[in-house]
Amino acid sequence: MGYRVAAGGTSHVFADLRELMAKATPLRSGDQLAGLAAGSMQEMMAARIALADVPLRTFLHEALIPYEEDEVTRLILDTHKAAAFAPVATLTVGEFRDWLCSDAATSEVLARLAPGITPEMAAAVSKLMRNQDLILVARKCRVVSRFRNTLGLPGRLAVRLQPNHPTDDAAGILASTIDGLSYGCGDAVIGINPASDSLGRIGELLRLLDELIARFDIPTQGCVLTHVTSSIALIGQGAPVDLVFQSVAGTQAANTSFGVDLSVLQEGMEAGRSLKRGTLGDNVMYFETGQGSALSANAHHGVDQQTLEARAYAVCRAYEPLLVNTVVGFIGPEYLYDGKQIIRAGLEDHFCGKLLGVPMGCDICYTNHAEADQDDMDTLLTLLGTAGVNFIMGVPGADDVMLNYQSTSFHDQLYIREVLGLKRAPEFEAWLQRMDITDAAGRLSATQGGQALLAAIPGRAA
Amino acid sequence: MAELTRLTPARIALGRSGASLPTRELLRFGMAHAQARDAVHAPFDAEGVAGRLTQLGLEVIQVRSAVDSREEYLRRPDLGRKLSSESREALTARRGDFDLAIIVADGLSSTAVHQNIAPFVAALLPLLARQGLRLAPTVVAREARVALGDEIGEALGARAVAVLIGERPGLSSPDSLGAYLTFAPRAGLTDANRNCISNIRPGGLAYEHAAFRLSWLIAEAFRRSLTGVGLKDESDFALEAGTAGKSTIAGSGPGAEPPPISPDMTQKGDR
Repeated sequence: MGYRVAAGGTSHVFADLRELMAKATPLRSGDQLAGLAAGSMQEMMAARIALADVPLRTFLHEALIPYEEDEVTRLILDTHKAAAFAPVATLTVGEFRDWLCSDAATSEVLARLAPGITPEMAAAVSKLMRNQDLILVARKCRVVSRFRNTLGLPGRLAVRLQPNHPTDDAAGILASTIDGLSYGCGDAVIGINPASDSLGRIGELLRLLDELIARFDIPTQGCVLTHVTSSIALIGQGAPVDLVFQSVAGTQAANTSFGVDLSVLQEGMEAGRSLKRGTLGDNVMYFETGQGSALSANAHHGVDQQTLEARAYAVCRAYEPLLVNTVVGFIGPEYLYDGKQIIRAGLEDHFCGKLLGVPMGCDICYTNHAEADQDDMDTLLTLLGTAGVNFIMGVPGADDVMLNYQSTSFHDQLYIREVLGLKRAPEFEAWLQRMDITDAAGRLSATQGGQALLAAIPGRAA
Repeated sequence: MAELTRLTPARIALGRSGASLPTRELLRFGMAHAQARDAVHAPFDAEGVAGRLTQLGLEVIQVRSAVDSREEYLRRPDLGRKLSSESREALTARRGDFDLAIIVADGLSSTAVHQNIAPFVAALLPLLARQGLRLAPTVVAREARVALGDEIGEALGARAVAVLIGERPGLSSPDSLGAYLTFAPRAGLTDANRNCISNIRPGGLAYEHAAFRLSWLIAEAFRRSLTGVGLKDESDFALEAGTAGKSTIAGSGPGAEPPPISPDMTQKGDR
C-alpha cells in the first residue's frame, strides 16, 4: 500500500510502509549507505506526517520483512499478545506518542503494555519523538531482572565492569577488575571480552571470575563474552558459566552471519539455566546489539537500521535476559557518523528496548575513525542516566585496550551518580559497605577498603 | 592500587579529583586520542610494502578496491569490499591452482602494516613451507576491507585466503595487525565464515606466536574443509601437547589470539 502526502507545496509519495519508516528516520549515515534515507529534510518531515496517521494495528498485518522468509518476523507476530495491546489498539502512531507522553501512561500501565508492542510499533513512534520524548517515556518504563542481584530498580544504575586485556592475561584482568570494584563498579556483571576464542582459554577465564566472586562473596555475576555455541560446549565440560552471551540482530539473515538462530539461543538459555547458578533469579542471558549490524551483513531487507535494531530487542525479549546492551557507537562512522547521530541512536535504542520490556543498558562509546569524542559521551551518559538506563560500561580510563574503542569509565559512573543521585544494585551496594569500599551514602570511602581485594592477585599475600 | 599498573596496559589506578579524572590523566587521554585520530588518515605506502615482500622472495601483485579516496573508504565499506575493474582483470590473468593467497591490506591503520608486515610474513613463510602449500602471488591491496580477500581469492583460484590487515587504531595501539583466514573464498561470505587472529604487534601478540596460530588454523582449515564458527582455535592445546613446534614460539610470552577488531567488525562480543 502506498502513502501520499501533500506538504510544503509538494506531493510526496512513499511506495510502502518500509519506505515510509526509513524516510521518516532522523538522518544517519547507515541509512544513506543503504540508499534508504530521505532525500531532503522536507521529504523526511512528509514521511513523519504520513507515519503519524498510520494505525498501530497496521504493523500486525503488514510485515516489513516477510513472515515466510524470516524467523524474527515469525517470532514477533506469533508471540504478540493481543490482550496487552488492547489499550492502544485503536491508536495511530501519532496518537500513540501523545498517549505515551501523557499521565495515563504510568510505569505500571507501560509494564503491562510491553508484550503487546512490536518492535516496528516502538520504532515508528520513536521516529516522531524528540530526544526529550525518548527520555521522558523511557524513564517511566522499568524493567527489573535478577541473577545474583536485582537490576533495573528506580533510582539505580548498574555498571558492567569490563576488565579486558589484550592477551587475556589473568593477572592483568584481575588488576583491572580489582581497580573497578574499588570504584564500586561491577553490579551488572564482571564481563570479559576474550582476546581468544579458544575453549581452553575461555574456561580459564570463567574459573578466574568464579573464584574471585566466591572468594569475596560478591553479589554479582561473571561472563566471558564468547559465542553461544562455545558457552554451550563449556557448560557441557562443567565450566562455571553464570551468563550466556550472544550478539544478536533483527533479521534471520543477520543472525546467520553471527552464526546463530533462535533455536541455538533457546539451547543456550536452557544450558545456562540448567546450572542453577543464580541465587535471586534465572535471567541467564546477556545480549549485545547495535544499529547497522544487519546492513553490515547484507541482511537488512531494505529496512532502516533503527527499526532493525528494535527487532533485535524482540529476539532478546524471548529469552528473558538479565542484560541487553546496545553498543551504540562501536560500529563506526559508516553507520553512525558523528556524536550527534550516536547520541540520537543511544536514546532511541534505550527507549525502544524499555518500551518492549527489555532490561536495557548502553555501551556509550565511539571509535577512533568516527567524528566523536569524550564530550559526546558525557552528553549521552547524562541523558541516559536521566532516562533511567539499567546499566552502562565501566572501562578503565574509558580506553578498552583490547577492543580498541572508547567507552565510559569508572570515573564516569561516579560522575553520573553524583550528579543524578543514582545508587547501585541494592545487594551490591550492601556488599560495598561491608567491604568498606563505600560509605552509607554510597560514596567511595576515604579508607580505601578495596585494598583487601588485592589478595586475589597471584603471588600476593592478603 | 598503584602496584597493579605493571600488570596491564589498561588505564588503572589513575587517582581521582572527587569523582573526576585528575588533570594529568585528562590531558594524557586527550593526546592519545589525538594520535589515534591522526593515524586513521596516514597514507599507505603500498610500493614500500610490496618491496619488502619481494625481498622475502614473494611475487607481488598490487591492487586496489573500488574506493577512490580515504573519506569514501570510511563512508562506503561496500566499495572497500569490491575490486576495481582493472585489479580484477590483473588477478584473473594470474589465475592458477593455488592452496593459499596471502593478502596484505591497509584497512584502518596503514601504520600497522608498515610496522609489522615484513617480520610477521617472515615468521609465517617457513611454517607454510613445512605444510607444502602452493602459494598464489601475494597481493597488496589499497583501501581494502577484509571481505575484499574473498573476491581476490576467487579471482586467483585460491582454496583459502589469509588477509593481513591494519586494524582500527586504539588509544594504546595504533599499530595493530589482524589476520583473517577464509576457506573457499567467494563473494557473499560473512565473518561467521572466517577465523581471526588479532593484535599482532610487538606490544601485543608476538609475530612467532601469531604465525604459529595462523599456520595451525590453515592446516585445520584444509583438514576439515572449513573456517569460521565451526573451527574453534585449539592451537594452545597443540602447544601444550608439544605436538607442533614448541620451539617456534619460545620466548613469545603469555600470548593469545583474536580480539576481533577488523574494519568490518560490527559486534563487540564473540566475533
